[in-house]
Amino acid sequence: MDDPVILRVENIVKTIGGQRILDDVSFSVKKGHLKVLIGPSGAGKSTLLACINFLSPPDSGTISLDGKAVDGKSRKELLALRQQVGMIFQDFNLFDHLSALDNVRVALVKVKGLDKRAATNRAMEELARVGLADKSTLYPAQLSGGQKQRVSVARALAMDPKVLLLDEPTSALDPELIGEVLTVIRDLADLGMTMVMATHQISFSASLADEFLFMERGRIVERGAPSQLLARDSGSRTQSFCAKLSELAGDGHCEIAPAPRA
Amino acid sequence: MDDFFAFAWERIIPTLDAGLWTSILLIVPASLFGVAIGVSVGALRVYGPRPVVKTLDAYVSLFRGTPLVVQLYFWYFALPYVRIGDFALVLSPMWAAIVGFALCSGAYQSEYIRGGLLSIKRGQLRAAQALGMTPFQSVTSVVLPQAFRRALPGCGNEIIYLIKYSSLASIITVSDLTGMGRSLAKSSFRNTEVFIVVGLYYLALVTIASFLLKIAEKKLEIPGFESKRE
Repeated sequence: MDDPVILRVENIVKTIGGQRILDDVSFSVKKGHLKVLIGPSGAGKSTLLACINFLSPPDSGTISLDGKAVDGKSRKELLALRQQVGMIFQDFNLFDHLSALDNVRVALVKVKGLDKRAATNRAMEELARVGLADKSTLYPAQLSGGQKQRVSVARALAMDPKVLLLDEPTSALDPELIGEVLTVIRDLADLGMTMVMATHQISFSASLADEFLFMERGRIVERGAPSQLLARDSGSRTQSFCAKLSELAGDGHCEIAPAPRA
Repeated sequence: MDDFFAFAWERIIPTLDAGLWTSILLIVPASLFGVAIGVSVGALRVYGPRPVVKTLDAYVSLFRGTPLVVQLYFWYFALPYVRIGDFALVLSPMWAAIVGFALCSGAYQSEYIRGGLLSIKRGQLRAAQALGMTPFQSVTSVVLPQAFRRALPGCGNEIIYLIKYSSLASIITVSDLTGMGRSLAKSSFRNTEVFIVVGLYYLALVTIASFLLKIAEKKLEIPGFESKRE
């Protein structure tokens, strides 16, 4: 395990409206690894992700990409950071006035400065990767939730991010549409994309994640390999949280899905 | 009745046609400047820094809060007496009217644009910034195109108002439709006929404008931003 560390998050503190949402959070992600953030809602998972690309600037602490600490006060450094860190949102946030193709293309032209043809080619490649090449002319209003989320993945990937942040990418989807998005995420993991994902899909992510980070009240209270934290006799917070979730879902068990890479 | 048509044909229409051109030369630039002011002021009032927001809010209150006639009097009659050092700006009647209409219309337009901007979900702005767009790029290429579509019916409404309040230009000596009509009515003493035809001219202008606005709405229509709801 001597992959280089791509993203380092150190001692992040974030207070919103007098309430401490993140309380001294630190972790690091190595190249090609997937870290999964788990925990009850309000634990600070989304805020943590938003702090990493400074959409919600941390009050204190350091974010380093490729070993270089980001100066949150420098506009130039912020824009450069965001180009290299992709983000997937729970409610997709596609640009409603642009076709699927233009959703992917717009930042390639405006941010990366590609000419229109190169941008179109790249955008079509990414749409094909998420299985939506034939939907490129459709507008968000004409796409299903799962398709919208796949367009948003294509949009993020087109920027060649070093890290992808996923904020509950399947939470806003109808159950029958979750699968198509999870498949895309699994393909990315197989291809070695470095990712940090907040999710409630515990058994799915257990098969992909290198480490689980269990968050509660703004702190990471447990961390470890999924197999270790989810072991039936581990007595971990993660295990009991997962058991509660699966009880609510009615499938009555909480364990690691069979290895998908085999 | 025959007499009416003869008089309309020989006297009213030739007189008003001369004023019509003047009116169009007022309305077109004033509405274009009005929309431009509305879009910039509307966007700055939503996304600008605090002092700019305060200043522009004051602009809108001032121009929505005072009668347009008073504003026109100011631009035409009072402005020449406002001296800054040795310099005083004297506007021709046409320019005073265009400036007056554009600033007043812009104040109203900015409200429609502001409403449109606020109707666009914040998430899209976050997504644009997460891709590395500058705040300016995010607003101009993501939020404004959508806000403008949502605001278009209101903006069109304001342009139609502008066509009609352009008739106020006649009180600062512009020989527009209303101005020409009034002179003719005075000299011929045939108020009824003249002002009926003047009204019909405005009705025609508004009808053409509504038609053009409908075309614009259709042209900008995309799925999710339909002008009709089924």
